[in-house]
Formats: sequence, structure tokens, C-alpha cells
Amino acid sequence: MSNYRIQGATGEWEVVIGLEVHAQVTSKSKLFSGANTEFGAEPNSQVSLVDAAMPGMLPVPNAECIRQAVRTGMAIEAQINKWSRFDRKNYFYADLPQGYQISQLYHPLVGEGQLLIEADEKTGIPEDKVIGIERIHVEQDAGKLMHDQHPTMSYVDLNRSGVALMEIVSMPDMRSPAEAGAYVRKLRSILRYVGSCDGNMEEGSMRADVNVSVRKPGEEFGTRTETKNVNSVRFVMQVIEYEANRQVDVLESGGTVDQETRLFDVATGTTRTMRSKEDAHDYRYFPDPDLLPLVLEDDFLADCRASLPELPDAKRRRYEKELGLTPYNARELTAEVETFARFETLLSATATAIGKDEKKVATQVANWALSVAPGVIKSLGDEANVEHATAERQASILAMQDKGEISGGQAKEIFEIVLKEGREPAEIADTEGLKQVSDTGAIEAAIDEILANNQDKVEQYKGGKDKLFGFFVGQTMKAMQGKANPAVVNQLLKEKLG
Amino acid sequence: MTDLTSLGVKAIRDGVASGDFTAREVAESFNAAVASAAELNAFIVTTPDHALAAADAVDAKRAKGEALGAMGGVPIGMKDLFATHGVQTTAASHILEGFQPQYESTVSRNLWSAGAGMLGKLNLDQFAMGSSNETSYFGNVASPWRREGTNAAMSPGGSSGGSSSAVAARIAPAATGTDTGGSIRQPAAFTGICGIKPTYGRCSRWGVVAFASSLDQAGPMARSVEDCAIMLGAMAGFDAKDATSLKMDVPDWEGALNADLKGKRVGIPKEYRMDGTDEAIIASWEQGKQWLKDAGAEIVDISLPHTKYALPAYYIIAPAEASSNLARYDGVRYGLRDLPEGAGLQDMYAATRAEGFGDEVKRRILIGTYVLSAGFYDAYYNQAQKIRTLVSQDFEKAWADCDLILAPTTPTASFPLGSLNDDPLTMYLNDVFAVPASLAGLPAMSVPAGLNPDGLPLGLQLVGKAFDEQSVLDAGLAIQQRAGFDHAPERWW
Repeated sequence: MSNYRIQGATGEWEVVIGLEVHAQVTSKSKLFSGANTEFGAEPNSQVSLVDAAMPGMLPVPNAECIRQAVRTGMAIEAQINKWSRFDRKNYFYADLPQGYQISQLYHPLVGEGQLLIEADEKTGIPEDKVIGIERIHVEQDAGKLMHDQHPTMSYVDLNRSGVALMEIVSMPDMRSPAEAGAYVRKLRSILRYVGSCDGNMEEGSMRADVNVSVRKPGEEFGTRTETKNVNSVRFVMQVIEYEANRQVDVLESGGTVDQETRLFDVATGTTRTMRSKEDAHDYRYFPDPDLLPLVLEDDFLADCRASLPELPDAKRRRYEKELGLTPYNARELTAEVETFARFETLLSATATAIGKDEKKVATQVANWALSVAPGVIKSLGDEANVEHATAERQASILAMQDKGEISGGQAKEIFEIVLKEGREPAEIADTEGLKQVSDTGAIEAAIDEILANNQDKVEQYKGGKDKLFGFFVGQTMKAMQGKANPAVVNQLLKEKLG
Repeated sequence: MTDLTSLGVKAIRDGVASGDFTAREVAESFNAAVASAAELNAFIVTTPDHALAAADAVDAKRAKGEALGAMGGVPIGMKDLFATHGVQTTAASHILEGFQPQYESTVSRNLWSAGAGMLGKLNLDQFAMGSSNETSYFGNVASPWRREGTNAAMSPGGSSGGSSSAVAARIAPAATGTDTGGSIRQPAAFTGICGIKPTYGRCSRWGVVAFASSLDQAGPMARSVEDCAIMLGAMAGFDAKDATSLKMDVPDWEGALNADLKGKRVGIPKEYRMDGTDEAIIASWEQGKQWLKDAGAEIVDISLPHTKYALPAYYIIAPAEASSNLARYDGVRYGLRDLPEGAGLQDMYAATRAEGFGDEVKRRILIGTYVLSAGFYDAYYNQAQKIRTLVSQDFEKAWADCDLILAPTTPTASFPLGSLNDDPLTMYLNDVFAVPASLAGLPAMSVPAGLNPDGLPLGLQLVGKAFDEQSVLDAGLAIQQRAGFDHAPERWW
């Protein structure tokens, strides 16, 4: 249970949140036309006759977009509807050439599913929580109006017109900004694992309509507002904070919350009315007569399922159980596609380089990947060229460390040189003298000299002052210029001190 | 030499192929006929150069001994609902005046590939909405027919009124039509020609200005059943650009034509005996039954119990779809834009659409918007869809007892232009016999059956099972052979 509460004059208020996330489907062409979907092209350079709604043009469904939406549905363990249908949502706007958006109101492609958000004390999520997902439907995006091109006129760019979106509608299951933030991040992670959306919120590939209402704990849901087109996790959380507090203020001052559509002002962090319920469009939804119902065959569904990768929750559990990683490391490594991909490549390369099973080196690799390597890269700043840090080179460093040839400090020094110069770790260790001495003869000689020069301390140690052991280690390492293998030093010292 | 304009599709194609005359001679003759028939107002624009260029290409092919195509050397009229590359395409509406598509509709492209040429773009009811060709922004079309002893201009039917008028007047050997709720069959019946609406999905809708997508279907209009079979073969075919296109091979309808109806059962639906149907129409229906019996068919009585609900359901579904399909004409990207001084976007929409659309189009947009509105959707649109299903089921059940259906095409013969202008409901009733087959997506054809006592043509309608255009054409041929309809309107234009 979330303990997030708004403290009002009349007591505590609970926030109820539902999200409608619009995710752009990763596909080369649009939902119903062959036009390109690449981001950032010249205005109106990716517009087919269909996208511009020329007379007599007809939509033809793009199977790849359907496939991606089905795979996404499977990834959230949702019911896939083998029979679905497209409906027209009718309204006039200059960025909507057809005068309607082809969407799915009555029979969506994907039915109920769910998504797990994990406990995170730091952000105020005390325990794991399952968030229900009501449906996913596919629909067309609209074009874009540009108001800064001319003093008195607006321009229209139809490049986005007809691009495929998945609308992923959650149940009103979230109770705090933190939960909503975790939901969006988790959803984004799943979409990116599946490869059905690039999750790039800055380019508008993912945006959320945020539904917020407040109530006294245990009471019925209050009237909700919907804040449109919020395009970052941080903004989603800001909208909820602001809206919840605003609604509490309204209610506590004797007013009522209007069911309305609102806009988020990034500059002020506030929301304002976009259109009230009275001005709400009557969208006159009806089945699109240009399109037949979408019927999915069993073979198609089987192919979709077979093409799904290991998903974040399963991967995280495997990292904990099979690789023995800590829950923290497992969660960090599985949050992003790039992170786990780099980790798994490095893990494989390291296991090969060392000649041990992956399980045996997983913790070492995880620590390197999550803490040591990022630390070195960060300390170098602009001097670091991460392209030099291939998996093979990092694995070679980890293998030398595992065999005792280099110390942890030397590993970092070698990695620094790798990042700056792109040289091979083994060659760096040799050339730069960055190797531990494990030669017992040389270490013994150094120890003998130190013990001889410090007879008084040897006596004290033997008299029970155990702490002096560290002094002897330090002196030996200093004499060896820090290159002695600490394990060998310890062992020899223990032998000689008796 | 024969007057080439008296020839139909087959005679022209075969004559060109055998060298009796050149395609260019044919094109020149029809271009001249079109130019001399301006009083009919059948064409919105004429394209004599298109017809000549296509003819020259066919003549050149013949010189080289190449195949000339199923429509080789035949110049046709193109209903101005089909997008034609670089040639104004208006749907007879002011809102598209001057619009020149940079694409060619699949059906017209198919026809050009088969060797046809274009005489011009034919007038029609605006956005194919009308049954008399009086809603065109470019003026009424007159039928070449007149009531005996009168000079009143008669309706050529609608919406394919330019097509029917041109073919009946012999200024085109054939023309394309489109049929949403009778727009091929009713004008064909009014003007004494043949017209077939094939099974929904036979002809691609790509590049055809949409009226009601779930009903719109293109088809040929010509003066004989054979000519319709030939031209339909050239128009039809699967098109990946139309999601409702039938993924089926196009049969050789012309080659399989057979007027012997032995073993065929023809259903006579009792519900089509409606009050207000002309005596002459009933008589011609009776005559039609006899002709089909003579051709070997068995006549059976059938029932299509939901017939009386079909027309009301049609006038909900078709306007609903139209209200949405016509939303794209908004003044933003092409066509008319009316931007009053200081106007915003909403003002521009209102001004553009008020100026651009005719009254009948506005009426249907209003009806369609109303029936889809929150609170009315279930009572109207959903209810109409249920009726549509019941009408289809009526036909499905009837096929247990018969192979095709014979009925009148229209409840009356043609009427004078202007006579029904104040009575849209009576106007809508023109399609009462045509609409059921449209709702069910079935192939249906009108063939001339004779003249009424006023000397005006009457049509008989044949409705077949889905995909069975052949039986419809065969029965049409049997009627054609027995009716011996060789009347032509007397030239007054």
C-alpha cells in the first residue's frame, strides 16, 4: 500500500492515477500507408496520398505494426483478441487530414494485462505492486501544426500523420507520483526489450495522458481530470503532484472538480484547462467501412510469441537465482536494454577469458559493469573514448585481476589507458609495469630486509600486538612499489612472523 | 461505312481488331458526337486528346501485330467520381472544382491497360448522392429520352446520370458507373441501357471518390449484356491497395455467356410488389418471368421479409459513412478554400463547406452526423446495421430455393427534371428495389425490358449470389434476346 497522502485542512487525501500511454510503434512505414516514419525529416517529405487524405485514397493495414502491438500485449501477459476492428474517431482539425482518426474503440487488439512495479524504498514504493492494464489498441497519429513559421498563419507538417501508435491504457491502480513514474519506466523498459517502441520521450515516441482524481481513503473515486501529452517521467510525476493538490484545494474550499481535459505547462509546472466537459467533442465513433475486421491466425500468434525475448522480470529473477547477483545489481542491470546487453556480452567474454563458468564470475563482472567501469569513465570525463572499451579488453583486464596478475588499482589504471588510447590491456600491463609481483623470491627478500630493520616491532607483534601486521604489509608493499600481490605478501609475512 | 457511333463495345473492339476501321476513326466519331451533344450536359469535361492518344496506341499495336486488349480501341465515358491523372476530378462538386489528381484510379487504369480511351469525365449527382442527376454543381443532365408528345427534359436517373445519358444517346459506346444504392441500375433502367453492379469488392475502390465505403461499387454501363460482360472483365480484379478488394481471379464472363437457363431457378420476391409501383412495371415484371421461363428457367416464389426495412436502413448507413468520408474536404490541402477576412480555422471550415457542398450533400452529412451522435448511435446506426444483417440473411435463405432473383429495377419510369425536387422522400424511393442487393453486397444488373405507354424505357433487375455475376449476365442475356429492345431515343439535341 502506498502511503502517499495529500495533507489537507480536512484530513488526508489519497490520489488515484490512471495513465494512457501513447507509444509509437517501431516500423519502417505507417499504420495504413507505405510512407516512411523516420524522425526529423523535412516537413511534409514523408506523406503519402493516403496520409494526406486525397480523394479516393484507402487505408491498408501494415502487418508489422499489428505484429508489434501483439508482441507488446504478450509481454504484459495480456489477452490477445483474435478478432478486432478499427473504428473512426471523427473530429475536425488541421493536423487531421481525413477528418477522423482510425483507432479501435469497441474491439481493441489487446485486452487486459498487467505490469509489475518493484519495491523501491528510496522513491517511496514500499513493496512490489501489480498495475492492471485495461487494453492496448492501435491507432493513427495526427500531423503537427507549426505556429512559428508565419506571422498570421499556421503551417501543417503531415510527416507524423498516420504513424502507428499503441495506446496502452492502465487501470486506475496507481496511488502516488512514484508509482506512476515507476509504471512509465517499467512500461518503457518492456517496450524497448520487445522492440515495439524506441521509448524516446524527447522525440515524442512515448507520451502519456495522465488521469488524476483524489478521494478520502476508502471512499469512492472522485471526479478525474485528464492532462494530455505529457512527455517525460518527471513531468508525469509533476502533473500528478500539482493536480492532486489543486483538486484537494478545490474540494476543501467547497468547489467541485470538473471532468475536463487539461494541459501541462512545462515552464511553470502547472496544469490549466484545455477544454471542459461541455466543449468535449462528440467523436461519433463507428466501424471504419474501408477496413475489414482484423482476424489473427494461430500461426501468426505463435510467431509473435516465439519472437519475444526474455523480459525484464524474468531476466532479473534469473540474474538473482542463477547468477547469484544481489537484488540491487540484478535490477540495475536489467532496467535498460543497453545495460543488460553490455553486461551479458562482457560476462560471456570474461568467462571465456578466465576459463570459468559464467556463474562464477558474474558478481565480479556485475561490480565492474555497475561500479568500477562507470567510475573510471566518469573520472576521465571528455578524455574517455568509450568506443575503446570493447568487451574483449574489459574481459582481459578482469581475467588478469582474477589470476592475481594485477591488483584492483592496476585494473583501473589499465582501463584508464584503454579508454584514452585504445591499447590492449596485456600490452599496457607489460609496457607500463602495471603488474603485481607474485615472485616469492623478490618479496621474501623485501620482507627479510624490513623485518631486520624493525626488530622492535617484530618483538611487539610476537608479544601480541596483532595490529602491527598491517604495518608490515604496508612496508612490504611500499618496498615493492605497490606491485606485490597482496595475497602472496600476506602469506609470506605470516610464515616469517610465525 | 456504318455510323461508328451506333456500335457498342464488342462491335468496335472486333471491328478494330479485324481492320474494318481504325481506332482513330472510332475515337474521332465519338469525339464529334460528344461535341455535338452539349445540350445533354452529360460531360463535365471532355478529353478528346485522351481518346485519340489511346486510339493511336491501339492502331500502332495492331500495325505491329500485338494484342489489342479486351477494350482495344473502345473510347468510353468516365464517371467523374474516378480519379484521373492530370484530368479534373470533381465528384460534380464545387468543393473539388479544378482538382487534378496526381494519380489514376485502379479501375480507370485497368481500362486504359485494356486498350480503352477516355472521351471525358461524366456528370453525376454531387458525390453520387441523388437519383435524378439534379444535384450536380455543374448542372442537371438531361436524358435523351422524352415522353411521347412532350418536350420536357427528363431525368436520366442518378447518380450515374451522365453515364446513362451518354450511352443511351450513343455519344459513348459505354461508360463507367458506380452504384452505392442503385446508382448504376436505376439510371440504366431510366435510359434503356444495361448496367451491372458486381459483387462488393470485385472492382477496386482505390481512387474512386468515396460516398459510402461499405456500399460503393463500380461497374459498367453499356447497351448490351455482352458489352457489360466485356467491360466488367476489364474493370475488375484484386487490388492490394483496397483492403476490401476480393482476392479472387476474374472469370471470363464474356466467354462463358450462355442464355440457356435450363436448371436455373429464378426467385420472385413477393415483398417487391409494393404499393405505388407502376402498372407498366408490374406488367414488364410478368413479361420478364415468362421470358426466363422460355429460356429454360424454373420460376419460384420467394420471400425477402426484411425488404421494407432496407431503404430506411440504407438512408442511415450511407449518410453515416458519407458524413465521415466527406470530412476531408476541409479547405486545408486541396479543392475549394473559403477564408473570410480575419477567419480562424473553424470559420474556414464552415465557410468552405457551406460554399462547396450542395444542398443534398449537406442534407446527408447532417443525417449521417445525427445518426452517429452520442445518444442516437444505438437507436439509428446500430439498428440499421442489424437490419443490414437481416437483409443479407434474407438473401442467404432465399438461395436455398433459387439461384437468382428477378425484380423490377425501379418503381416508376423516368420523371421530368424538377418534378421531385421538393420531395426528397419520394426521390429516395426510386432506389427501393435496388438497395437490398447493395446492403447485401450482391451482384445485380438492370437490363431494358421495353417501353411504357409514354414511350419511356423500363428495366428489369437480376440479383445473383455473391461472386456469381455469370448467372446474372446469363439471365440478362436471355431477357435481352427476348425483349429485342432496339429502341433509341429520337435525337433532339
